[in-house]
Amino acid sequence: MKAVALDESRSPDTTQQTLTVDRRLEQKATAIRIDIVKMLNFARSGHTGGSLSCVEILVELFYEQMRHDPGNPALPSRDRFILSKGHAAPALYAVLADAGYFDKKELLTLRKLGTVLQGHPDSKKTRGIEVSTGSLGQGLSMGVGMALGLRIDRLDSRVYVLLGDGELQEGQVWEAAMSSAHYGLDNICAIVDRNGLQIDGAVEDIMNIEPLPDKWKGFGWNVITVDGHSFPSLRSAFRVARSVQGKPTVIIAKSLKGKGVSLFENKVHYHGVPPTDEELKIALEELTSCGR
Amino acid sequence: MREMIATRDAYGKALVALGEREPRVVVLDGDLSSSTKTGMFAKRFPDRFFNMGIAEQNLMGTAAGLAAAGKIPYASTFAIFASGRAWEQVRQSIAYAELNVKIVATHSGVTVGEDGGSHQSVEDISLMRSIPGMTVIVPADAVETEKVIMEIARHKGPMFVRLGRTKVPVVFENGCDFAIGRASTIAEGTDVAIIAAGVMTAKAVDAGAKLSAMGIHARIINMSTIKPIDEAAIVHAAEQTGALVTAEEHSIIGGLGSAVAEVVVKNCPVPVEFVGIRDTFGTSGSSEELLEYFGLTASHIMASAERAIKRKKQG
Ligand SMILES: Cc1ncc(C[n+]2csc(CCOP(=O)(O)OP(=O)(O)O)c2C)c(N)n1
Repeated sequence: MKAVALDESRSPDTTQQTLTVDRRLEQKATAIRIDIVKMLNFARSGHTGGSLSCVEILVELFYEQMRHDPGNPALPSRDRFILSKGHAAPALYAVLADAGYFDKKELLTLRKLGTVLQGHPDSKKTRGIEVSTGSLGQGLSMGVGMALGLRIDRLDSRVYVLLGDGELQEGQVWEAAMSSAHYGLDNICAIVDRNGLQIDGAVEDIMNIEPLPDKWKGFGWNVITVDGHSFPSLRSAFRVARSVQGKPTVIIAKSLKGKGVSLFENKVHYHGVPPTDEELKIALEELTSCGR
Repeated sequence: MREMIATRDAYGKALVALGEREPRVVVLDGDLSSSTKTGMFAKRFPDRFFNMGIAEQNLMGTAAGLAAAGKIPYASTFAIFASGRAWEQVRQSIAYAELNVKIVATHSGVTVGEDGGSHQSVEDISLMRSIPGMTVIVPADAVETEKVIMEIARHKGPMFVRLGRTKVPVVFENGCDFAIGRASTIAEGTDVAIIAAGVMTAKAVDAGAKLSAMGIHARIINMSTIKPIDEAAIVHAAEQTGALVTAEEHSIIGGLGSAVAEVVVKNCPVPVEFVGIRDTFGTSGSSEELLEYFGLTASHIMASAERAIKRKKQG
């Protein structure tokens, strides 16, 4: 039941089967990116940059790290995932659909009236969403509550919370950071999607958050900095996080906003703008060529 | 066809004009200056603009401090974060000390659209109206917004101005004389009075025209100041028409409808029908679809007017 099996339905040939795990995850990440740009284009609104920057983190979590069962989203022993940077919902929806939480054809209903796929994650509407997010800075606190609840019930499940780097400007994040360490919540693992950009510009220009590792350390956390697009690095960070006792771990995942589509990469403009039809064409060309 | 302009665009423009005229004006934003349109001010007056990052509570506290230092801060973010996330900072740091902070919140109501319920404030008027001493203004269109932004700088005290994301029809093509606390009558009528604010004012005007074609003469009142509310205008309307309809892009709990009802029940009980959001959160969809979905259209106003008139006759 650990990590749902990778979807091999469209790769029956033997060469495919000899691929390493990482190569297969990379292909998975590309397929997820293709879904993301398609859904955003179809929705005609939504957040491109921050969805594309966290794909490897989500793929590694849902296919390699987390104990979960798409057939039973309420499984008591499941690991929990909270998308605190809720505007990256398209990335999470694409992963959840691929994992089997709901039909993939729902993806094209993103943001439309009556959809189960709201602009921001809605736990009352979407299978597989643990808590509703979208107002930044609130996810880690909910993670603390879940982690405390799990501890009371003597469950060994882990709680993963994905935050944006701009989001760290919210004071509530640091209140939650303080309480995680205070309660010694080693079952929490926060991941910061450190893409360096927010809406109005670069994080360091708008409201600097450095020295970031020192801040988390000062709040009593174990800190690991990794390449947020490298599966082996992410995997070893998650492994270390699991072994650390008595304190929570934060993984600072250095990433590229808009990753995978040169046109969108590291461009502040594509924070909250969907691909136009023309841009979608270019994006799909680039993504399909790298997926081969 | 009436011209369509978003009130946030009018805000961005007005703020620059105000900045030229009034050196004490400073502007704060929370990483949304491209959306709230304060970016225009930031470009023109970089030294008087503070992007506080994604930290709305600190934004309001800082605005309070700037006001205490003699500045006239305009503090902007989305309505849900200004009124919700930072509510207690607005109450304690700003309103309790009666500091001169102008909170100008954009992206209010369901016309936020596709972002969905998490971002659609249907409670902000209620939240702000309940704070002692807080002035609450909901402009109907771009023309009125510009007037409001200029006017509030001339009056001391904490104020909340509610603006929107989408383009809305210009109602006051020939200008308007906005004054804080004064309703404006757009059309005269004695059968029923429709009291509206924000995006619903244009819909009320449309409803009024259609009703008049049916021989029903509706008074159309733009109640842009929700607090302090124009009691005299409400009492006159109640006495002269005997039937009221309120229309707002907000929950019917605690918003314009409630404010009008508070005046009516005390002074001149007449039937009141409420057009607004009925104790529910918003959802994803386009602005126009959502207005329809939540019953915020001219035809809903017309049906409510007919109901109010019927109740009056049953009296
Ligand atoms: C409380 C709150 N304030 C403001 C916003 C509007 N907003 C949405 S995304 C965003 C920028 C987020 O930047 P970051 O956390 O760095 O995310 P990323 O760059 O990974 O997309 C802002 C300000 C919000 N959603 N919630």
